Amino acid sequence: MRQTRNGGYGGVPRWIYVLAAAGGLFVVLPLAAMVAKVNWTQFIPLVTSEASLQALGLSLRTSAASTVLCIVLGVPLALVLARGSFPGQRFLRSLVLLPLVLPPVVGGIALLYTFGRQGLLGRTLEVAGLQIAFSTTAVVLAQTFVALPFLVVSLEGALRTAGNRYEAVAATLGAGPTTVLRRVTLPLVLPGLASGAVLSFARSLGEFGATLTFAGSLQGVTRTLPLEIYLQRETDADAAVALSLVLVAVAVAVVALAYRSPRAAERAPSGNGERTTPARAPGGAAR
Amino acid sequence: MTFSVQAAVAGRGFDVSLALGPAETVAVMGANGAGKSTLLNVIAGLLQPDSGTAELDGRTLFDLTEGRGEWTAPHRRGTALLAQEPLLFPHLSVLENVAFGPRSAGVSKQAARESALKWLGEVEATELQSRRPAELSGGQAQRVAVARALAADPGLLLLDEPMAALDIHAAPLLRRLLKRVLAGRRAIIITHDVLDALMLADRVVIFENGRISEEGPTRDVLQRPRSRFAAGLAGLNFVAGHITEHGLQAGALNLFGHHDAAAPLPTGQPGVAVFPPSAVSVFLTEAHGSPRNSFAVTITDLEPHGDGIRVRAGVGGQLSADITPAASVDLGLAPGMQVYFVIKAGAVAIYPS
Repeated sequence: MRQTRNGGYGGVPRWIYVLAAAGGLFVVLPLAAMVAKVNWTQFIPLVTSEASLQALGLSLRTSAASTVLCIVLGVPLALVLARGSFPGQRFLRSLVLLPLVLPPVVGGIALLYTFGRQGLLGRTLEVAGLQIAFSTTAVVLAQTFVALPFLVVSLEGALRTAGNRYEAVAATLGAGPTTVLRRVTLPLVLPGLASGAVLSFARSLGEFGATLTFAGSLQGVTRTLPLEIYLQRETDADAAVALSLVLVAVAVAVVALAYRSPRAAERAPSGNGERTTPARAPGGAAR
Repeated sequence: MTFSVQAAVAGRGFDVSLALGPAETVAVMGANGAGKSTLLNVIAGLLQPDSGTAELDGRTLFDLTEGRGEWTAPHRRGTALLAQEPLLFPHLSVLENVAFGPRSAGVSKQAARESALKWLGEVEATELQSRRPAELSGGQAQRVAVARALAADPGLLLLDEPMAALDIHAAPLLRRLLKRVLAGRRAIIITHDVLDALMLADRVVIFENGRISEEGPTRDVLQRPRSRFAAGLAGLNFVAGHITEHGLQAGALNLFGHHDAAAPLPTGQPGVAVFPPSAVSVFLTEAHGSPRNSFAVTITDLEPHGDGIRVRAGVGGQLSADITPAASVDLGLAPGMQVYFVIKAGAVAIYPS
């Protein structure tokens, strides 16, 4: 994004551009095909129907909640993985990243056997009067489960790039570990944290498989926008396409937000080789 | 009210013991990898040694002697570290950077601000207070870093080559500044520059291979170096060997010199011979006549030195001779040639090592 474009040597063979164009088309073409199918005269009524608005509202609320949960759980995880040193660290990292490669439906089943009525924790929770499966809470948990790795990967990369030299100096100046975290570490990796949070939000917004398995599809309670789209596709293709377009618009906005040139890049101290560009997590396709 | 450290890091062959008085500045010098930065990291609490103890003004920094495992966290040590790079926090203004130490100590925002302004004034950087670190030059940033370290009110200030990353115009300015602020303050400064040691330090400690090979008042160490490194700093030729009746025996080389002591030195004990390159003459044939030293050497290098030529030759280590360019041309000197180094015995100082 920020390469110099002042006529320096590029070193990319011409045929690469042909393949790159094909790759770009592969992403853009289906989107264009979908946009072409939108029934514009009915668009507003379709996306403002009660079911649609409920689904959109639920999606935004649960995604926001799961993003907060991802930050609360993911920041400590990333810190421990980036800065800590303990046996089983590599193993823990692999485990945390597992939801990234796991089919979401498998995640849903795993969650069901943890928090479900007959699950590992479900029985205890039920005694305490909490029933999680097939509730809005379940939606948030399912989304958090699949979105957490995005935040952890993104933040851990930023932490490693930032290094710990500023933290060491802060400590010798008399700042305790919590002060160092609050006043030095987190501000330094804020761009990485922000892009991680945005990616987590995007992943939560697109969550489908784990949600359907673990939370079901109850209008207004667990039926998020992707579930609504899937359901509408069977009966009203126009509505499905219109809602898909809404989701695409939200996704584009989110990606634009996450990948905008971070402010920190400009204020990076020159001359000491620091890179403050946040490490990017692999982009998550909304499922 | 003293500082003392004794620490060993087996993996790095590091074993050092050092003590500082209440207002003493010590310069630590030595080749790269000699363990200078290891010392500062151990004192600051950024690196845990395998064994040792350290104490600052009656507080234990660490005590890792047999059976004990006391370890004070870096932020409770009062040992501010100033590195080669200023490492100002990029997201804070200059003033906030300097106020960081006092704020961390629990001082109120207003008081921390006042303290920061005072120290910024001390380093003549008051006008930079609202800038971001990215908007500072290297010299300005390092001045602010000095203010930040001092504002933390450290019991011991650790400086790791603070001038090394500065350009030749900024370095003298910072050196003068450090001379002013280090006066009456306890500090350890790592440096490669003998000028820093002379100007800033009361005492110099020479590190060689993770150990202290020599220490003493800067002037004494430079006048009577006991290590090859210190002799190099002072620009002197250095030969280590055993003291004989009239000089020093180092392998096949027998040097005549004057015993630098009131009474004759006991023969057989380890000693060093030191002489300036300017006292060495170069001849193509062996020169006789006492009291002189004359021995064959093979020239390894010829290089410009001031307005003369420095002839480097190998004989039991590197020796140098300074001669005029005209002499070099007359003799037709070139690397690989065998010549004779001739030194008057009176120019060779011999003392125990």
